[in-house]
Amino acid sequence: MTDAVETTSRASSRLRLNKRMLTISATGIGAAGIACVVAGAIVFGDFGIATDFSERLAPPSWAHWFGTDQFGHDMFARTVHGLNVSLWVGLIAATLSAFIALGLSIFATTCGRWADRVVSFLVDATMGLPHLVLLILISFALGGGTHAVIVAVAVTHWPRLTRVLRADILQLRNADFIIVSRQLGKSWWYVGRHHFLPHLMPQMLVGLVLLFPHAILHEAGLTFIGFGLEPTKPAIGVLLADSMRYLTAGKWWLGLYPGVSLLVLVLCFDAIGNGLRLLLDPRQAQL
Amino acid sequence: MTSNWPLFVTLRIVRLAFLLAAVAVVAFMLAKMSPVDPVQAYLGPAIAKVGPEQQDLIAQKWGLDQPPLTQFGKWLGNVAQGDLGTSMTYNEPVADVLAKRVRASLPLMAMAWLLSGLLGFILGVTAGAMADTWVDRIIRTYAYVLASTPTFWLAIVLLVVFSVGLAWTPVCCAAPIGVLPQDVTVLERLHHLILPLIALTVLGVAQITLHTRAKMIEIMQSDFALYARAQGASLADVAIRHGARNTALPAITVLFASLGELFGGSVLAEQVFAYPGLGRAAVQAGVSGDVPLLLAVALCLTVFVSIGNTIADILYHVVDPRIGATPDMEIRP
Repeated sequence: MTDAVETTSRASSRLRLNKRMLTISATGIGAAGIACVVAGAIVFGDFGIATDFSERLAPPSWAHWFGTDQFGHDMFARTVHGLNVSLWVGLIAATLSAFIALGLSIFATTCGRWADRVVSFLVDATMGLPHLVLLILISFALGGGTHAVIVAVAVTHWPRLTRVLRADILQLRNADFIIVSRQLGKSWWYVGRHHFLPHLMPQMLVGLVLLFPHAILHEAGLTFIGFGLEPTKPAIGVLLADSMRYLTAGKWWLGLYPGVSLLVLVLCFDAIGNGLRLLLDPRQAQL
Repeated sequence: MTSNWPLFVTLRIVRLAFLLAAVAVVAFMLAKMSPVDPVQAYLGPAIAKVGPEQQDLIAQKWGLDQPPLTQFGKWLGNVAQGDLGTSMTYNEPVADVLAKRVRASLPLMAMAWLLSGLLGFILGVTAGAMADTWVDRIIRTYAYVLASTPTFWLAIVLLVVFSVGLAWTPVCCAAPIGVLPQDVTVLERLHHLILPLIALTVLGVAQITLHTRAKMIEIMQSDFALYARAQGASLADVAIRHGARNTALPAITVLFASLGELFGGSVLAEQVFAYPGLGRAAVQAGVSGDVPLLLAVALCLTVFVSIGNTIADILYHVVDPRIGATPDMEIRP
């Protein structure tokens, strides 16, 4: 009898370790992939910028892993630079977006019923327009370029996180420990710092990381259709838009590799985001 | 509990009207903020031949010399009367351009919408019924990877493989080049439609699959599913009779709520395949500073997507009476 109980508990503890280890390693691999991109962009430096017309439109080989483009640029170096650009644009835009979400959710939950209505309406209005059309409109209003993309992505990606944070704050506000803390005479400032913040930070962090894939994909899409980053920057969207002219001539590597790399980058962020969500959530700690 | 749901529907429709008004104001403001000068964008390189007096005349004809508020009032009045203005890039009334573009885009989007819904639902039910088996794992991996794939890149890969590599499908456009529009056969149209359709469908599947799968697992673990199994019903039996029936409406709800993403995908897919649809018109309008067309496309899409969202909201309430009829903001998935 006792034996049986022991075996099951041991089996489940081994299972838990496995799954937790799996999550941690997936998160680690994701982080390593992103670190590689940043390091690669620094190591390559000006390498992808030098033109070499003797190596024009060369298919992938050992010398040029991803082949070369119409100017003889090494596509691998350009792809790494492009991913790096996407990374920074995504980072700035997603961070701005997360702070907009935090601000609006606090506003909605603390400034009374009308504030809640206003925020709810803003969320609906932003989600009512297709993302891409809103992105085009904002980018058009700001005249295109890097700062336009960052602003456009930042002001369109907050609704989902705002909903999550608002629901969290509402739930917390009615939690017993908050009510007790208030009745013990602590100020809202104290309660906010010591009780709300520790609960909201993980949500913010996870929300931020999970915003990245959307931000990066939308940046690339916007750049691809010509409203985003300047055509002189080696962004993935620019690389793919350039490749369109050579695809029908059979230069498939120009279109294939930059896209695969972007997909891998997005998957890295997904792995980190989902890993963090599982690792930071106390209810999932038993996994 | 849901006795006041006619009221709820009315409230939703009022909200939709407010939403449209807000979008109209914001879109107009954004368009006016743009540093792109419409007269310059219209003239293009010909600007060197047109003197400043003539440029002023064009601006006057378009009403650009008046203050923005007057322009907005005039535009709104015209729109309310059904006059959307004249497109500068196509030199045609905006309404005509829209009608033409919608006619090209509608078959593409409607078919992609239905196919991705159907395929996603079948995959989701299968994965949910066989949770934690290798079938489930394959479907889940497929959905996760697809959710992270850039739409336009998938379109490029399809183009490279099927149009360039295998030469099975045409490289661009909605009809063969050099053939009069009235001579194009249905078969030729379908032939040009197939790649954009595949690109849109394959990507639309991901979300609906994951959502259906989660719902399906919930239902397969419920008491009535267990009871049916205990009575000797097979897994497929329970999955179809109990699972699929109960997940159908939530899946439809998600499908309606995903109209915005479908359109975003179609903008990119149309760009890759040079398909002359609504998405390409939006891009063209933005590139050449064609404000009336851009505004009309934005408004048209807001109506379209918001109606989708409103239907999703209403369906959600009808499906699950526990939610009750209070318009609240965290009810949508």
